[in-house]
Amino acid sequence: MSTQGRDHSVLWFSLSGLLVVCAMLFGVMIGPAGPTWWRIPLELINRLPLISVDSGVSKVDWNIVWMIRAPRVVLAAIVGATLSVSGASYQGVFRNPLVDPYLLGVASGAGLGATLVFAFRGNEPSTWLIDPLPLASFCGALIAVFITYTVGTSFGRTRSTVTLVLAGVAVTSLTTAIQTFILQRNNDVIRQVFSWVLGRLSSATWGDVRLVLPYVVISTVVLLLHRRLLDVLRVGDDEAIALGVNIRRVRLTVVLAATLGTAAVVAVSGLIGFVGIIVPHAVRLIAGSSYRKVLPLSVLLGAAFLVAADIPSRILADPAETPIGVITAFFGAPFFLILLRTRKNES
Amino acid sequence: MSTLGFCEMTISYDGVCAVNSFNNILYSGEWLCLIGPNGAGKSSVLRAAAGLVKYSGSVAIDQKEIPTTSARWRAQHIAYVPQTPLMPEDMSVYEYVLLGRNPHIKHFASESAHDKLVIEKVLTRLDLTRFSYRLVGTLSGGERQRLVIARALAQEAPVLLLDEPTSALDIGHQQHALELVDTLRRENGLTVVSAMHDLTLAGLYADRLVLMHQGVCVASGSAQSVLRSEILAEFYGVSARVHHEPDGTVVVIPKRSTSN
Repeated sequence: MSTQGRDHSVLWFSLSGLLVVCAMLFGVMIGPAGPTWWRIPLELINRLPLISVDSGVSKVDWNIVWMIRAPRVVLAAIVGATLSVSGASYQGVFRNPLVDPYLLGVASGAGLGATLVFAFRGNEPSTWLIDPLPLASFCGALIAVFITYTVGTSFGRTRSTVTLVLAGVAVTSLTTAIQTFILQRNNDVIRQVFSWVLGRLSSATWGDVRLVLPYVVISTVVLLLHRRLLDVLRVGDDEAIALGVNIRRVRLTVVLAATLGTAAVVAVSGLIGFVGIIVPHAVRLIAGSSYRKVLPLSVLLGAAFLVAADIPSRILADPAETPIGVITAFFGAPFFLILLRTRKNES
Repeated sequence: MSTLGFCEMTISYDGVCAVNSFNNILYSGEWLCLIGPNGAGKSSVLRAAAGLVKYSGSVAIDQKEIPTTSARWRAQHIAYVPQTPLMPEDMSVYEYVLLGRNPHIKHFASESAHDKLVIEKVLTRLDLTRFSYRLVGTLSGGERQRLVIARALAQEAPVLLLDEPTSALDIGHQQHALELVDTLRRENGLTVVSAMHDLTLAGLYADRLVLMHQGVCVASGSAQSVLRSEILAEFYGVSARVHHEPDGTVVVIPKRSTSN
C-alpha cells in the first residue's frame, strides 16, 4: 500500500523518533510515587545546561524519577528496540514472517540458566558480589544457540535454514525438559522462575542499562549494516548468490548479532513476548517491506512500543506490577490477528 | 562485449555425473542456445556458470578464468535469470531492480547516485518506469519477465544466462521477451547463453544450438544442422517433421502416431 505512493521515509522516521521521545517522556512522568507529573518536564528543562526553571521538584522526588523511573524507561527502550530489530533480522534471514527473536533456543537456554541460579540459591537473597542471574541466563542463551547452530549447519547441506530451525526446536525441547526436571525437584522457586519467564522491567537499575548497552549497541549496528543485504536475501539463496552475496557469511553474521542482542536483553528483562513479531510487521504495514526501512524503523518503534507498554504494567494493578509480558501479549495477540486479517483482504 | 569460454566443465551431484567435459567458446555478442531433453544437463551448465553448483574445469570471460571464491566478481560479469525466479510479492519494482546493483555496491554501503541512474535507465529501456512504485505481486506474467530481465540488466554484466526464459509465457509474450533479449544483445553486445525447450524458438533466435544428452554435448551448430528429424528422434525419442521455411527458419512439428 504505502510503497505504491511516493517515498515517505523521512516522514515515517521523524514520526517514529517523535513517538519514542513522547513515550519516554510519559514514561518518566507517570508512576505511583514521586512528584506531580507536570513538574517533571519542567525539572528536565531545568537540568539542561544554561537554563534555569523553578519546577518545585524536591531532591527526594527527583531521585524517584532519576533512580527508579528513568533507568526503567531507558531499559524498556533498549529491550524493545533490540527485540524488534532482532526479530526483523531473523525474519529476513530465515525468510519466514512468523519467526521471533527467541527462535534457535535463546529463550529456553536463558530460562534454563536462570532456573539453575534460582534452584541453586533457593529463596535466599543473593549474597554474591554480582547478581549471577543475568550472567547465567546470558550464558544459557548463547550456549543453546551455539548448539543449535553447530548441529543445524553440520547436517543440512542443502536447505540449511530448515535444518537450523529444526535444530532450534530440538534444543528448545531439550532445555525445557531439563528446566522442568529441575523445577520439579525445587518446588519452592517455581514462583520466581515463573515471574522471570513473564519478563519484568520493575527492578531496572542504571547498572542493568550499563550491563546490556555494549552488546546491544554492537548487535544493532551490525544488523543495521546488513539491511540492504537482507533485501537481497529475499529472492532466495540461489539468486542471492548469483547477485554476488556470500550468503553463508551474511547469514552467520546476522544470526550471531541478533542472538547476541537478544541474549543480552533477555538476561536483564526475562522473556518479553510478541514485541519481535508485531513491531516489524507493523513497520512493514506502514513503510513497505524493504529491510532498508524495516530495520531502522523497528529500532525506533520497538523502543516506543515497549516504553508505552510498560506504563499500564506499572499502574494497572497498582501497587502490584502487571508483568510486561502479559501486556505485550494482551495487545500483541489481537493486533496480530487483525494484521493477518487485513493481509488476507489485500490479496 | 566479452567472450565466454567453458573448458572441460564437469558437474556431478552426489557422485552422479550430470555434465561431462562441456567445452564451448562464445564470441562477444553471440547467442548460444542449449537444447536437449529433460535432465540433459542444460540447467546445470547455466547454474554452474552462475556459481550455484560446484564444477571442475573452468569458465572464463575474455580468457580470464572466473575465481570460484568471489561471488561478487562473478556477479559483476555474469547475470543469471533462473527458470522460476523467486519474486517477493510485497517488494516494489524499483527495489527489485535495485537488487541487480548489489555486485557494484560495497558490502555495507547504500546505492550511489550512479546506481540510481543505471536503474532509471534500465526501467526506461524496458518500459517499466510507470511501474516503479508498484508491488511485484501486482504485475502480470509478461511484466514480471520484463522485470527479471531488468534486474539482470542492472547488473551491467557482459554475459547473460537465461534458464527457460519463456516457459511460463504465452506465445505473444514469448516473442516479446525473446525479441527484447535479442535487441538488448545487439545494442549492448551482450553474450547470451539460454536453455530452451521450444526448438523452433531456439533455432529462430540463437546463433548456434548445442544439443545435450545425458550430460554430453552431442551436436552443435546452426539450426539447420542440429534440428534434423533423425537427431531429434535419437536424443529426444520424438517423431517429428522438420520443415524449412524459405527464409531459413526451421520449424519442428511433432507427428501424431495414429491418424484418423
